[in-house]
Amino acid sequence: MQSGEKVRTSRNLWKTMLQHKYFYLMVLPVLIWYALFAYGPMYGVTLAFKTFDYSGGIWGSPWIGFEHFQKLWSDADFHTAFKNTIIISLMKLLINFPMPIILAILINEFSRKTAKRFFQTVLTFPHFISWVVLAGIITIILSRDGVVNQVLMVFGFDPISPLTDSDSFRPLLYFTHMWREVGWDSIIYLAALAGINPELYEAAEMDGANRFKRLLHIAWPGMKSTVAILLILHVGQMLTQGASFVQIFNLYSSPVYGVADVVDTYIYRTSFQVGGDFGYMTAVGLIKSVISLVLLVVANTIVKRMGEEGLY
Amino acid sequence: MKLTEAKKKKGLSPFDIAVYIVLGLLSLITFFPFYNVLIISIAKFEVISQHNLYLLPLSFDLTAYKVILSDGKFWSSAINTVIVTVAGVLFSMAISVTGAYALSKKGMPGRNGMLTLILFTMFFNGGLIPFYLIIKDLGLVNNILVMIIPAGLNTFYLIIMKNYFGTLPESLEESAKLDGANDLYILFKIILPISAPFIATFGLFYAVERWNEWWYALIFISDSAKTPLQIYLRETLITSNQLLNTLAQQAADSDSSKVYTPALQMATIVISSVPILMVYPFLQKHFAKGILVGSIKG
Repeated sequence: MQSGEKVRTSRNLWKTMLQHKYFYLMVLPVLIWYALFAYGPMYGVTLAFKTFDYSGGIWGSPWIGFEHFQKLWSDADFHTAFKNTIIISLMKLLINFPMPIILAILINEFSRKTAKRFFQTVLTFPHFISWVVLAGIITIILSRDGVVNQVLMVFGFDPISPLTDSDSFRPLLYFTHMWREVGWDSIIYLAALAGINPELYEAAEMDGANRFKRLLHIAWPGMKSTVAILLILHVGQMLTQGASFVQIFNLYSSPVYGVADVVDTYIYRTSFQVGGDFGYMTAVGLIKSVISLVLLVVANTIVKRMGEEGLY
Repeated sequence: MKLTEAKKKKGLSPFDIAVYIVLGLLSLITFFPFYNVLIISIAKFEVISQHNLYLLPLSFDLTAYKVILSDGKFWSSAINTVIVTVAGVLFSMAISVTGAYALSKKGMPGRNGMLTLILFTMFFNGGLIPFYLIIKDLGLVNNILVMIIPAGLNTFYLIIMKNYFGTLPESLEESAKLDGANDLYILFKIILPISAPFIATFGLFYAVERWNEWWYALIFISDSAKTPLQIYLRETLITSNQLLNTLAQQAADSDSSKVYTPALQMATIVISSVPILMVYPFLQKHFAKGILVGSIKG
């Protein structure tokens, strides 16, 4: 009886799969892409437990167990990079996560379409310019005879050079990140706010609710599930995108390595410019990936505890 | 409704004005660096060197542009970038559209498993070294294809496109199916035409990404004949004064006029940003809608 049912369901499954044959064909390139470029390297993390030799590659290099991880404990450069990664990504989360929400609320305060459009157009623009170009612009306007120092000197202040100053380099990273992304990041919240039924606002206004009450009781409930999902995404990706290689690599220089070198820049420099051991460098990367995953799980759990829908 | 209208007529409250001022200042700070780039790129050396503070376009001189546009390295990099952008958009769109459409089919056995595997890659990766070794094994080091294929799929876009296709009514496909059309035919002849603006927006997103491609070139391309514009930009802007000095020297030799080196850098920025400026209005018009439709969870 039971086996008969099984035969029938498996036959049904086969039939459904056959009906979807073109869809499998369509999804195949994407699956191959992920297999090659995402899961291939994931298998490659086994290198973290091997000692790399060029002839053997990922498969053929000999196993050495946890030796690389033991070495990590005493690697001062790794400690600096790790500490910087945590500080920079945490600060960016604290500063650059709430800003787009505030911006979206401020922009949404305008009932005038043209003003909304104008602010969005200007504030979103830098997102489409590459970090290479933005870093070039930053370097030039902050240079000795750049416009920032020209203004400072006209008003009698001393010139500044935040790009090579350990105290101001990190704030410069937070600020320039905001410059590029705040407008872009606010779009999703604006979309959430636009999805709120305008009748709710009108009803509240009839009842005499002021701006802050409407914000608290209509706008915030309307956007908080979006905020929750994005918080999880941001926490899960903070070590990669927060301590962004492309931004930092294009802005930093040796005087600020002590405060600016992050895990990704450390791996790149040591592997490709100094010639460090690939197995060891894989171990460094693996630590970061594992912590990212843990952060994602923790954020998801907290958000779910708070009664919001999580990512999974 | 009437109440809001009445309020609008009343004009601006102090709060409104405060918000305007904040957003106005923010816009000014955001925009000013780009304005500064533009005015310096067209500044005359003699004029700019007389000023302690140069905030207005007081002179007009296209020497910097002429110098950049007559540099062979600029053109070879620009051509590489154009090739990468065109081929990259075609590749990315071909696999994202078909993949996203298939993944939007809830009845397809194995779909949830595939989606989980895809989403997982957003939060966990093998890291730079294993990735480098895989690319090397595939023969993509120093190969222009590295900026097209491995760089060519954005998981976030794929998910948004999948969610969008999921919102289309099934009735669109049913009648064509009754006529015996297969799913590929339906995608290309029915779904794509009605989704054209949405699809075009993502084509532009990919185009901007490929135009700005730098990371793959930094890691995988060392042959200078194959480097893209962003590498050239980095050399002119950040790393190499040598390139700049050569360019300035060439200009001095040919015109016997002095070139302000920051003007050369700024002119490179302006020239390389023209394509982005051209597509920006279209992007701006559609991206809000695009993201609205494909909210993150679907």
